[in-house]
Amino acid sequence: MSTLEIKNLHVSVETEDGHKQILRGVDLTVNSGEVHAIMGPNGSGKSTLAYAVAGHPKYDVTDGEVLLDGVNLLDMTVDERARAGLFLAMQYPVEVPGVSVANFLRTAKTAIDGEAPKLRTWVKDVNAALERMTLDPSFAQRSVNEGFSGGEKKRHEIAQLELLNPKFAILDETDSGLDIDALRVVSEGVNRYSSQGDRGVLLITHYTRILNYIQPDYVHVFVAGRLAETGGRELAEQLEAEGYDKFVKAAAV
Amino acid sequence: MTTVTETDAMASALELEHVESHLHPEPSYDVADHPKPTGREEIWRFTPLKRLRGLLDGASSDACLQWKEELPQGVTLSTISTDEAKALGGIAPLDRLAALAVENAGGAALLTIDGELDRPARITLSGDTIDRTVWGHIVVKVAPFAKATLLFDHVGTATYAANVTYLVGDGAQLDVVNLADWQDDAVHTVQNGISIGRDAAVRFFEFTLGGDLVRSSTNVDYRGPGGSVDLLGVYFADAGQHLEHRQFVDHTAPKTRSNVEYKGALQGQDAHTVWIGNVLIRKVAEGIETFEQNDNLVLTDGAQADSVPNLEIETGDIEGAGHASTTGRFDDMHLFYLQSRGIDPTEAKRLVVHGFFNDIIRRIGVEDLQDRLMAAIEEELATVVGTPEVAR
Ligand SMILES: Nc1ncnc2c1ncn2[C@@H]1O[C@H](COP(=O)(O)OP(=O)(O)OP(=O)(O)O)[C@@H](O)[C@H]1O
Ligand SMILES: [Mg+2]
Repeated sequence: MSTLEIKNLHVSVETEDGHKQILRGVDLTVNSGEVHAIMGPNGSGKSTLAYAVAGHPKYDVTDGEVLLDGVNLLDMTVDERARAGLFLAMQYPVEVPGVSVANFLRTAKTAIDGEAPKLRTWVKDVNAALERMTLDPSFAQRSVNEGFSGGEKKRHEIAQLELLNPKFAILDETDSGLDIDALRVVSEGVNRYSSQGDRGVLLITHYTRILNYIQPDYVHVFVAGRLAETGGRELAEQLEAEGYDKFVKAAAV
Repeated sequence: MTTVTETDAMASALELEHVESHLHPEPSYDVADHPKPTGREEIWRFTPLKRLRGLLDGASSDACLQWKEELPQGVTLSTISTDEAKALGGIAPLDRLAALAVENAGGAALLTIDGELDRPARITLSGDTIDRTVWGHIVVKVAPFAKATLLFDHVGTATYAANVTYLVGDGAQLDVVNLADWQDDAVHTVQNGISIGRDAAVRFFEFTLGGDLVRSSTNVDYRGPGGSVDLLGVYFADAGQHLEHRQFVDHTAPKTRSNVEYKGALQGQDAHTVWIGNVLIRKVAEGIETFEQNDNLVLTDGAQADSVPNLEIETGDIEGAGHASTTGRFDDMHLFYLQSRGIDPTEAKRLVVHGFFNDIIRRIGVEDLQDRLMAAIEEELATVVGTPEVAR
């Protein structure tokens, strides 16, 4: 069993107008086998949380720690965190010109596993993962995310999730911009991943519709840089009906 | 081999209106028309003249590079006199070094290409000293509807100034790959003059990796409508190297097309690259299409990339015209994305640089050459980016 513990996380970002505090003490523990959904209004800091845990250079952690099985991820470089078992499906996946998806995936897999994947099975695995995400095998020859549609980029993220099979996955609005078929395909991918039983998921979303496909064990409301409330599925339904108003007001007090 | 006739579009001088521009001087074989530059002239201002080792003085020399050819059926190589070479036509020298090369070379090497070649024609030019100036004059004459790939591979070391004329017949398809794989101390200047026949298509690659100073000027004109050129370049400058690539595409006929893409990486103290992309669209050149782009990746402090696109348009009727130029460091987001998938920073940078150059290299379509170039870039990268920990 593995644990991802986020403790008292404070994060700020350098802006033109100076130092801006975004996360104000986030406490959250995800155990393997659990799916946590995080919901919150625009600008509340959800992506900042995801990026800071992954180690994005723009975000400064001013306090707190993030422990993966007791080891502080914050002491590690971005790639070390990934090799330790963390994966971030980004809200806006990055285009990397000239680097083919095939080369990228093989290099990533080699880095994560510490050895090159067996050539014979690997090509099959890649094609199968792409196919499950309804991405044509020809995507393997294209440059990473370059010219992909918004939905294709998200499906490519989940194909990577399945191929790299990390201990913990943070999915930042993987559902937004997906049509209903793609949403189902992506959800099935996430469910296949989490149904292994020993993997943890932190699912950031605005919409309850993905929660019709992916059953969260916990739902957290994220407002003004911290968790405002934690509950079960019913909390998502309450948010759907009433919006974030109540929590935003409470946070402003 | 095609014979030169009176009606040859290549041999007759292009009747063109004079265009007032400081960017592209009048072509002339007469050295006197190209006075010795002071270094302030537009076409010389980026070049460190002192490092040209007196080439601009034009002292005569009968030193040669060593030629090694692999010529498939359909290609001939012969020697002709300077006057015969001039009579074949094409673009006359646009700067002093090209005029001096013609004047001092004492004749020209003539390559003729006819028919569809079954494999690339390869010519390796090698030198072993910088102490004796080598003047070079080469004419490449491609028959109408011929289809060929031609490689000029420059190795060893030299102080070498050349003028190379390409006469590409109607409907021909020519790929030229120029490789400057010199040792660190070579000085190499060249004017490539490419005249493109009706509906002919030329892809002209330059890969400049070695040398102390390389200055390449590539000039293109069109001898009929429908011609097309792709000028594609990759350069990699290390500490102290000066690598300069200039293009002047003169749209002298309607419905012609030009596409210029140069990509460079720089690393080390005083690595200097220059890219000048000049395109002139003349009044007659209606319905043409042109695009030029230069991207520079600056890998370390102390390196400088100059990049100057310039588009002069004299007709209102064009299909499309544009240019773009970027110079920057590694994109943090590229590296972050790759690293977030477990790839260490060294490997991530290598992937990004490979991707950056591969975009051009993969288009050569000659496998052993592509592999050699990728390996050469790998070697350049090893010094700054480091060698990856993970076996590939
Ligand atoms: N690099 C940055 N520079 C300046 N401000 C930033 C930067 N990154 C984030 N912010 C600000 O921090 C706040 C939180 O942003 P974040 O992207 O984490 O929100 P979010 O909850 O993911 O929003 P959304 O639901 O719109 O995705 C916003 O006000 C945003 O403008
Ligand atoms: Mg966000």
